[in-house]
Amino acid sequence: MIQSSKPHFFQTLRQTAGCSAWAVGLLLIAGDSAALLAVAKDRKSDLPPQVAKINASISQAWQDYSVKPSPVEDDLKWCRRLFLDLIGRIPSHAELVEFGKDRSPNRKLNLVRELLEDSRYTEEYAQNWSTIWTNILIGRNGGMERRTLINRDGMQKYLRDCFASNLPYNRMVYELITATGSTKPGTKDFNGAANFLVMKVNEETAVQATSAVSKTFLGLQVQCTQCHNHPFNEWKQQKFWEFNAFFRQTRALRRFENGSRDVDFAELVDEDFAGEGRNPESAELYFQLRNGVTKVAYPVFVDGTEIGKSGYVEQVNRRKELGKMVVQSPYMDKMIVNRMWAHFMSYGFTRPIDDLGPHNPSSNPELLEALAEDFRNSSYDLKQLITWIVLSQPYQLSSKVTSENQADDPSVGEPPRFTRFYSRQMRAEELYQSLVVATQADRQGTLEQQENRRNEWMKQFVIAFGTDEGDETSTFNGSIPQSLMMFNGELIREAISLEPGSWLQRIANDPSKPIEKVHYLFLAGLARKARNEELMAARTLLQSRKNDTGAMLQDMWWAVLNSNEFIINH
Amino acid sequence: MSMWNTYQTPNGMNRRHFLSHAASASALMGSSLALGHSLRVHADQLKKQHKSAILLWMSGGPATIDIWDLKPGTNNGGPFKPISTSGSVQICEHMPLMAKQMHHMSIVRSMSTREADHNRGRYYMHTGFVPDPNIEHPSYGAVIAHELMSQRSKLDIPPFISVGGASEGPGFLGLAWAPFNVTSNGRIRNLESKEDNSRLLERLKPLSLIENGFVAQRRGSAAEEHRKILGKTYDLMTSQQMDAFKVELEPESVKERYGKGFGEGCLLARRLVEAGVPFVEVDLGGWDMHRGIHTELADTKLPALDKGMSALVEDLDQRGLLQDTAIIWMGEFGRTPRINGDAGRDHWARAWSVVVGGAGIKGGLAVGATNEDGTEVVSEPYSSEDLMASVCKSLGIQLETTFQSKSGRPMKIANGGKLITELLA
Repeated sequence: MIQSSKPHFFQTLRQTAGCSAWAVGLLLIAGDSAALLAVAKDRKSDLPPQVAKINASISQAWQDYSVKPSPVEDDLKWCRRLFLDLIGRIPSHAELVEFGKDRSPNRKLNLVRELLEDSRYTEEYAQNWSTIWTNILIGRNGGMERRTLINRDGMQKYLRDCFASNLPYNRMVYELITATGSTKPGTKDFNGAANFLVMKVNEETAVQATSAVSKTFLGLQVQCTQCHNHPFNEWKQQKFWEFNAFFRQTRALRRFENGSRDVDFAELVDEDFAGEGRNPESAELYFQLRNGVTKVAYPVFVDGTEIGKSGYVEQVNRRKELGKMVVQSPYMDKMIVNRMWAHFMSYGFTRPIDDLGPHNPSSNPELLEALAEDFRNSSYDLKQLITWIVLSQPYQLSSKVTSENQADDPSVGEPPRFTRFYSRQMRAEELYQSLVVATQADRQGTLEQQENRRNEWMKQFVIAFGTDEGDETSTFNGSIPQSLMMFNGELIREAISLEPGSWLQRIANDPSKPIEKVHYLFLAGLARKARNEELMAARTLLQSRKNDTGAMLQDMWWAVLNSNEFIINH
Repeated sequence: MSMWNTYQTPNGMNRRHFLSHAASASALMGSSLALGHSLRVHADQLKKQHKSAILLWMSGGPATIDIWDLKPGTNNGGPFKPISTSGSVQICEHMPLMAKQMHHMSIVRSMSTREADHNRGRYYMHTGFVPDPNIEHPSYGAVIAHELMSQRSKLDIPPFISVGGASEGPGFLGLAWAPFNVTSNGRIRNLESKEDNSRLLERLKPLSLIENGFVAQRRGSAAEEHRKILGKTYDLMTSQQMDAFKVELEPESVKERYGKGFGEGCLLARRLVEAGVPFVEVDLGGWDMHRGIHTELADTKLPALDKGMSALVEDLDQRGLLQDTAIIWMGEFGRTPRINGDAGRDHWARAWSVVVGGAGIKGGLAVGATNEDGTEVVSEPYSSEDLMASVCKSLGIQLETTFQSKSGRPMKIANGGKLITELLA
């Protein structure tokens, strides 16, 4: 049959690995993490106990709400789902076949471990989660605008290192909140983590830093209380400015290119804060209530914990104090569990996922609490958390709606009951990486060069709102610009290219029969074989193409890539 | 489906012949716009029959106190002077071209809203609803396109075009009503197929088999939405109506009159409305001026606004289109009357202005008023809902219209807003 594309792919990876320093580091680190998943095994099951905990809690809710789960999804489709969610791309044909061969009861656990543990995947795992977290921390547009202080490469580099070494989550959060140093790789005192806050403390009052840190890491929405008391939120304006006070020592210093006024990079530093009352021993800030009354605020954490009022960094480093309190807060554990759950299950326990305030009830409060506690007790190990979720029953279920669970429809605003896997469209980055792997489109160059090309390609979908908050939206949302790109775009043309040495050309030149080649394409793209009617259509095309198999494959692959079945993670 | 079994692709098919096949192709894809693709829609035929709306969206929150509702001589007034206009209102001295068009437009000076955050304000002003995590409401463009589209069976162009900005989504009305985003020069990425048309058409056969097979598996609404969009995409690629996007076909003098950037977007909006598009939004961003506001307004922002907006009003009027085209000028909120320590203004939703005209809306008026220093509305306050209801009314859309959200919740158009009666004849 067709030659596996896998050796070639990994060859490519190894070549690129040699080019970048961080990737070399990975190979060393991977050895240590082997112990990671050696979680408490009992004799009956090799699954971690948290899986049973999730299953019990979710199935209780099924009973309570009189809904029944969909059947378990076909193995190969599940495999495609897992690859997309864990490493950000679909599996190659060879990877699917390999998984299909494993008939052991532990085959799913084995695959999860392989993707999380095997050094072959470390780089892709790190890249996927670095992409996801870059978008969370600085948005898709961060570092792409003119006059920005953000260095997107620096942000990604920092995050790749975090995920490649599986840095405990609390460490990552602490580092992001307290980062000082230069934003740009290769400069003195480079610290990529500084890119998270560098634009958010840029304005004098650091309003963006306040809302981003509380929302992203604690699930507390404070930005609406900035100028008035939010009607549904117990957070008061006072709380906002008390939280804001933690960032008042922080400055982003511009560093210019030699002899010019163009900003080359920025340096995030902590400096003494004199206070708006000009008394650094008790450095306060002022804010105005809606009724015009001026009030005073000092740093106070969300749970009411106060720190020293001094503005001298030597005496009180406000961000470090904040970092310590954030990582001790139970809100941090709940927020990351909710975020990870939503990543895999399409919906979190709350909506939006980063609003855990008391006014916003959770669909499964006990489960959220329990997983948050388990996560803390696992030393904040994200890979364990992932393992619990992807091996739990709801993640195994088919995405097909049944007559017994059609009432469970979070897309109309109902709380999710997780009776099936809720289909969702791939992210633009997932499409890109899938094409890179499935067809090796755009595979030239180092990983960083590829990432830069991907960032360039992503630009066409990002629209910034042009406000001081750097809001943005994506047109890769299933609407016409996206389908025009899929119909006619360069990336797709590359993916269906028959140039010598291309993926499709190698399939076309294989001695196997055309019908097997069509099956191969369907497996590679959709994790299933072609149906009879689809084979008939291929045969008709082959005639139209005057028996040119390559041209027929080109048409069929174009059709596969443009289908809903391809772009919707199901 | 049977046509596919017998269909042979002729070589050298001409455009018209091809388009008649394209109609069948899109019927197969389940497009709702399957009919009449081969017909060129005549602009002048449409313009008399059909209402449209153009939203000039001032992203970031414009300081309406410096543009439409000046407070000269007060602490909050800033340096700008008011000038007289062709209507019975005064506006900012940096809007001299608009001053000559104000008999067509009215200022609502008594807008009073509660959302002073960009995201929330943008959502609220576009939908008439405050954000709700459990439901996505359809925005202006989606609502108006949805209501007016029944009169546009021959339109291939998406009925809701957003020029130069993101706008807001279609919410529960579905992706078929999503904004189609283009840049102000009207260039559309990836519109041209590099394949010849017959081959593209042949590829649709296996695609539709996969597509329909997946929809039949009932894996959620995204599959069906995707199928609809495929049909529309195909229609778009093969439609001659897409010439409406070619701003470059306009005479130099017209291009000159509108100006670049935002002005070009306004010109594109006029072309689209002429072609029968029911809703166009043109974005002019950069109003979020927390510092140095008056220099920026006088030097860059207001001249750009003045040129583009005045050209649009004048041109629509001269072509007889203004009577059928509603123009709405607004942002997510106004800005603080008090000038801050950085010579800027911050977010202020409690008292601000919008500007409307066309489609039978009375021109030349100032509706409502703010107090002496611009901080409060002293007449009947109006909301996003009220504005939206009034615009819908001017377009002949029944305010009794009720949408049903996916969960079956009934929802009144414009969230049941009350009419701003002074605006309507």
